[in-house]
Amino acid sequence: MCLAVPAEVKSIEGHMATVDYGGVSRTANISLVDAKVGDFVIVHAGYAIQVMGREEAEKTLEMFRELLELESTGA
Amino acid sequence: MFRLRDREMSRAIIDKLRAMDLSLRMMHVCGTHQDTLVRFGLDGEFKRVGVDIRQGPGCPVCVTTPREIEEVLALARAGITIAVFGDVLKVPGATGSLNEVRAEGADVKVVFGVDDAVSLARHTQKEVVFMGIGFETTAPTTASAMLSSPPPNFSVLSCHRTVPPALEAIAGMGEIRLDGMIQPGHVSTIIGTKPYEFLSERYRIPQVVAGFEPLDLLMGVYMLAVQVKEGRAEVENEYTRVVHADGNPTALRAIEKVFEPSDVQWRGFPTIPGSGLAIRKRFEAHDASRRYEDLLAPVHEREYKEAEGCRCGEILRGIAVSEDCPLFAKKCTPNTPIGPCMVSREGNCYIAYRYLKK
Ligand code: SF4
Repeated sequence: MCLAVPAEVKSIEGHMATVDYGGVSRTANISLVDAKVGDFVIVHAGYAIQVMGREEAEKTLEMFRELLELESTGA
Repeated sequence: MFRLRDREMSRAIIDKLRAMDLSLRMMHVCGTHQDTLVRFGLDGEFKRVGVDIRQGPGCPVCVTTPREIEEVLALARAGITIAVFGDVLKVPGATGSLNEVRAEGADVKVVFGVDDAVSLARHTQKEVVFMGIGFETTAPTTASAMLSSPPPNFSVLSCHRTVPPALEAIAGMGEIRLDGMIQPGHVSTIIGTKPYEFLSERYRIPQVVAGFEPLDLLMGVYMLAVQVKEGRAEVENEYTRVVHADGNPTALRAIEKVFEPSDVQWRGFPTIPGSGLAIRKRFEAHDASRRYEDLLAPVHEREYKEAEGCRCGEILRGIAVSEDCPLFAKKCTPNTPIGPCMVSREGNCYIAYRYLKK
């Protein structure tokens, strides 16, 4: 099942990383991504499958507001 | 970190949808989307503003066919160690389930990912078969293990499937009118947004790739509704924090190296061209379907029927919901599942049962 919550990369050893889900620590294989310590990654079936863009994450709500605003002024 | 649960914004989106006076049917293909929809009561909220959302074939365990279950049962009965995701244990095949053969003495191990299966193989002399189930999110993990010189006693029974051909099958069959598709966020982290474009071009279906927080889905549905109102049919991306247009090229390369497209059946569907991922000949030593050809041959000679009365097939095509099944929450429960949709945590019936208001 796709765990939708991103995990923070705490340490890296070769292909394996220790990742943290707000207090719960797991290991994840990072051979499919280009992750460094401090990145947030999406983990699926023991593998990090993507690095979450911090900037995009921070901008998401802003983007939503814009989309909603635009529509309301347009209508 | 980063939970999108802004109540005020949620309300604002629902209000906007209501004001649009909609009567739409949409489909998503992801167990996690279904979980968010039902857990937070969004499915009801959407219905009240005229948006009916169906889960299509988005549950890898559910779309696995009775024949594939029988294949793995045959291997288990032959004394091979089977490594599977926990969701598969109770899925009933024609002659039992993995749980049942385990009770009879077969060696069936639950794993969280392919790496667990590889390490299992490294620590035993026995043959280990990993049942590779899952879409483009899981396929690259299997591929990655295959590319990392697994031990000789390790092989994979590939039941991997890809999403876009199944979406095309749904659109092409025309059984269900679809005003929009919510595309699965994590499959899309791998494949990107481009592989969906042909659907909008060919079938005029608006699409939005969405994440898994309640606000992601609210926003995704809103973006689809706007497309409908404006007469557009495009692929838009709501989940920009994780999904890029090109997906994850490393993962795509791994899939391409290890697998080739094959024509496979999905539960409830006829054979869908190019929707399977067969292991390339180069990796035949680790391909359970070649390695155990003789053991599997008898399975292939038989025809398999769905469990009587089970409507999983229709549910996976989006033309029925769990509550339409007379067995739901009566004869069929997670402890006494009749079909896979009640077994898998991504299954429509399991999710409906889990959050059932009793
Ligand atoms: S409730 Fe059970 S029998 Fe009915 S469709 Fe779902 S899995 Fe099949």
